[in-house]
Amino acid sequence: MANHVLDITNEHCPMTFVKTKLKLAQIAEGDTLEVLLTEGEPLNNLPKSAKEQGYQVLSVTHVEGPVHKVIIQK
Amino acid sequence: MEEQKKKISLIAFSGDFDRLTAVFTLATGAAASGYEVNIFFTFWGLDAIKAEKGRAFLGKNWLTKLFGFMMGGLSNTPTSRFNFFGIGPRIFRYLMKKNNVATLEELVDAANALGINLYACEMAMHVLGLEKKDFIHEVKDVLGVNTFLELSEGGRTLFI
Repeated sequence: MANHVLDITNEHCPMTFVKTKLKLAQIAEGDTLEVLLTEGEPLNNLPKSAKEQGYQVLSVTHVEGPVHKVIIQK
Repeated sequence: MEEQKKKISLIAFSGDFDRLTAVFTLATGAAASGYEVNIFFTFWGLDAIKAEKGRAFLGKNWLTKLFGFMMGGLSNTPTSRFNFFGIGPRIFRYLMKKNNVATLEELVDAANALGINLYACEMAMHVLGLEKKDFIHEVKDVLGVNTFLELSEGGRTLFI
């Protein structure tokens, strides 16, 4: 089981979602993906969208300023 | 009972740079959120899926060849406003890159990576003298209205 990291803090809609989706498609079953994202649309919707697609959202934590960390398990 | 997959089908009629950006933004955003996405390209919209990205004499006779040349491909798409003989799209591309917003070309690549279903309109292809081989290989099929209606049933449909 490996951990992967994806920073989408500098991305905008729709690439925030696109990059996360493509990364999740690449990693192996059971692996975790740590996504660094900002408040607003990504924070409000990315964890929800991941859950809807059958992934597990292990945690959502505040890093600093507008940046949050979401850990998703495939 | 398992919930049916969410679905959105877009009719890409326009060949405008800005409208096509809207098509591919919606399509990739929806696909990344787990939607099944179909895009049906017709008339001017066919410019977006031509294998030849610049101007090329595509067509079967002199008239359609001339049309093909004037329409061009993805890299020639004009903006619906402020086109200024092709300077407009260049300025938009520059602004998008500068602000780290995906350009139209990046969105098309993302659409292909996400496995979005691309379809071409049989009737418009016939009028413009285009064949399936004139399009990028990701174009899944050439369709008519009835097949599109079947594919889009049970989901949302937008005409852009």
